Amino acid sequence: MNNQPATRNTAKPVARFDITQRLVAKLHHDEAVIGGIGHTNFDLWAAGRRPQNFYMLGSMGLAIPIALGVAIAQPQRRVIALEGDGSLLMMLGCLTTIGARQPENLIIVVMDNGTYEITGGQPTASSQGADLAAIARGAGIANSAWAADETHFETLVDQALATPGPHLIAARLTQAKPAGQTERDPAQIRDRFMRGLGTKG
Amino acid sequence: MSENTWHGIIHATLKAHDVKLVPYVPDNVLRPLIERIHADPYFTAFACTREEEAVGIAAGAWMGGMRAVVLMQTSGFATLANVLASLPVPFQIPVLLLVSERGTLGEFNIGQALVARTMRPVLDSIAIEHHTLTRLDEVEFTVDRTIRQAVATQQPACLILSPLLTGRKVFK
Repeated sequence: MNNQPATRNTAKPVARFDITQRLVAKLHHDEAVIGGIGHTNFDLWAAGRRPQNFYMLGSMGLAIPIALGVAIAQPQRRVIALEGDGSLLMMLGCLTTIGARQPENLIIVVMDNGTYEITGGQPTASSQGADLAAIARGAGIANSAWAADETHFETLVDQALATPGPHLIAARLTQAKPAGQTERDPAQIRDRFMRGLGTKG
Repeated sequence: MSENTWHGIIHATLKAHDVKLVPYVPDNVLRPLIERIHADPYFTAFACTREEEAVGIAAGAWMGGMRAVVLMQTSGFATLANVLASLPVPFQIPVLLLVSERGTLGEFNIGQALVARTMRPVLDSIAIEHHTLTRLDEVEFTVDRTIRQAVATQQPACLILSPLLTGRKVFK
């Protein structure tokens, strides 16, 4: 494993809530986090409210574009997009925009459980051969890697937080229910996020 | 003072309102505006793969403290109902849309003519303020007031560039 980069097939399935908690625990510089719809942002919510977290409600596939917008507006802040495999498959083109622009402060974390879990577990293409880290590399995001296990996920997060991006970290997930459910108050979510980013007093 | 063209006036009015980010999906009618914006280092402008992506970028930029305008043509607007109704409207984010109107006043493509008819009903149904620019002498006022209102009310807004203004070529 140390000599060969992990692939989706060799990556150990990890628990989404566990790695979300591990990620959030490493955020010490008010990094912004955009949680894509569904279980991805439910677990971000359950991992502890931060004013720098933005929880999407709808607009499936836009976690990475929203994160890119924040990253352009605030180049001194690191911005993390948490996106599910189904959502990313809906907006694959955005990886080519990231590849073309090379935003140094952007980190993408793909939560790949191979299913549209929230709608009944229908299989996504990522469980049938589509390798999202390989697609990201092909789109021009050279630093795209599968997390081999939980410890390796933490190593990749450390590297992404310490070196210029863009970075993409793909995690293969176990099937698991989310640990909570996001409050559905969009105006309040946006207002808190802007205060967390210092753009509203 | 800006050159007295629709694109010169819009370029200057965007700058006057600190609109710096321009994610767009290319369109031939918008080309003179896109070229102006690319030539001006004040702006950050780039092509996106879909209009939805550009709306997401503009929404994120607003929350991060940077104003944006999304450029597209009519058929691109038709892909946006879901994201408009689930991101800028409910989250109260003043995403500014600038749409060049195809499908009317000399259109040659029936598909464009049909899709254009969906635009204003969609905008009205989700209560997005919109204005159609037809006259050069009204461009500055309408763009200026539309941006002011969008920001003040924290709601998206849409400006539609009519062929009456842009003089889009007709099929011969």
